[in-house]
Amino acid sequence: MKLLTRRKLTNHLALALSMAAMSFGLFWLIWILWTTFDLGVAGLSLDLFTKMTPPPGSSGGLLNAIVGSAIMVGLATLLGTPIGIFTGIYLAEYGRHTWLGKSTRFFNDILLSAPSIVIGLFVYAIYVAKVGKFSGFSGVLALALIVIPVVVSTTENMLRLVPNSLREAAFALGAPKRLVIMKVTLRASVAGVITGVLLAVARIAGETAPLLFTALSNQFWSLDLNEPMANLPVTIFKFAMSPFTDWQQLAWAGVFLITLGVLGLNIATRILFRQKHKL
Amino acid sequence: MNMNDMNEAICDVAAAPLETQIEFRDFDFHYGKFHALKNINLPIYRKNVTAFIGPSGCGKSTLLRTMNRMYDLYPEQKATGELLLDGKNLLGRDVDLNTLRAKVGMVFQKPTPFPMSIFENIAFGIRLHERLSKSAVEERVEWALRKAALWDEVKDILNRSGMSISGGQQQRLCIARAVAVKPEVLLLDEPTSALDPISTMRIEELIDELKGEFTIAIVTHNMQQAARISDFTAYMYLGEMIEFGVTDQVFIKPQKKQTEDYITGRFG
Repeated sequence: MKLLTRRKLTNHLALALSMAAMSFGLFWLIWILWTTFDLGVAGLSLDLFTKMTPPPGSSGGLLNAIVGSAIMVGLATLLGTPIGIFTGIYLAEYGRHTWLGKSTRFFNDILLSAPSIVIGLFVYAIYVAKVGKFSGFSGVLALALIVIPVVVSTTENMLRLVPNSLREAAFALGAPKRLVIMKVTLRASVAGVITGVLLAVARIAGETAPLLFTALSNQFWSLDLNEPMANLPVTIFKFAMSPFTDWQQLAWAGVFLITLGVLGLNIATRILFRQKHKL
Repeated sequence: MNMNDMNEAICDVAAAPLETQIEFRDFDFHYGKFHALKNINLPIYRKNVTAFIGPSGCGKSTLLRTMNRMYDLYPEQKATGELLLDGKNLLGRDVDLNTLRAKVGMVFQKPTPFPMSIFENIAFGIRLHERLSKSAVEERVEWALRKAALWDEVKDILNRSGMSISGGQQQRLCIARAVAVKPEVLLLDEPTSALDPISTMRIEELIDELKGEFTIAIVTHNMQQAARISDFTAYMYLGEMIEFGVTDQVFIKPQKKQTEDYITGRFG
């Protein structure tokens, strides 16, 4: 009986500790979300989506920054995803135990945890400084370099989760390796791979540091990838630090938009993942 | 008793004339440095069921997996000696593995439905080896599902995922998938060990029906199952072929003391 009470007590204590830790984490998270919502929602208006970033003192919107961000994030994803997926396939299906596979995995892990400012400076040094000007394209390049390692590592991990028995079953039917990968293993892990891509998109949507040295920003409407390109993170950075209340308000609205976008992506991945797993 | 005497003795007992489809000659197998199969000599007869029994780790699954060269997926595994399929050595480098595996199908211990619909699970294998019209593929899928005694249960849900049906149904789906390619040999690696008694019974009945058309090699941990469904039984121990013969003889009057000890449950 004494043992039982002691165990119950330990159980309650452990539960209380983990609940406390959880509330601590959730408290800040909810506070952040609430502040974003509270201050951001006030800035929402039609102007936000139809007008360009204004000069100090006048009103305007974030249209060029929204479009610029969308273009750069979209192109970076298009560029980085296939490279990431094919590298992930190589690591999981071909080079699992090879010297090349092991070193690729090692370097990918380093790239994965490299601070994004390093990536920004790298692209600045090898491209921007050489060409002599900031450009949307260099921003795409920097963001793609962040996408690749994320997609590589999720693709590899998801493919590794596919049991070997499934691969053997496909080989046992006389399927060549490329079909085993394309029709069976990749298909078994497609939800996970897409989740990886969406997480990478969510990650680069808010990256500021790599864009500061590459795409910079642009006060005006420009779709030219050879020119500096407006984008949300740098605009937020610039406007939030400014003394003008108009700009500060726009910054909060931009923060709110990015948060909403990332939240939407996360919800989309969850729904996708759940549906695929039910299949 | 050497191999030829044994074959003669077997032919005397069997009702129909026997034709060897697969033959192991002085066959050895290594997992890296581990010598897993030692000097195996064994015939597998066409359109008969051959069962492999023996304690865990004796090499029966390893032996089964050599017949479709499944071991090729793992570079550290090596086979030496001779393994003949219809008189042709399978161990050569020039053997086309995809064609071989179309001829020698395999069903595994755990059901392994692919992440696609029931229909596609079966059509996948067919399309690998034959160019058929849409209706011919549909016919073949139905034929295979009927052969695997699954058609009546899934004919209305062919578009549902192959992973959504029960374990027993999944295993019959895997048998249908293997049969659909029209192989000559079916390798069954403990096909019922993950199934309940009713599903097991259905699959045993199925094996009985299939043996008229296919050569079947089955690994089983269940000695009653081997006795029930096989025509020939091979008893293996620690990588060696201890005894091979007509199932009734092996079970009623085993030649070797070791076999007798195993099947009477004195060990293993």
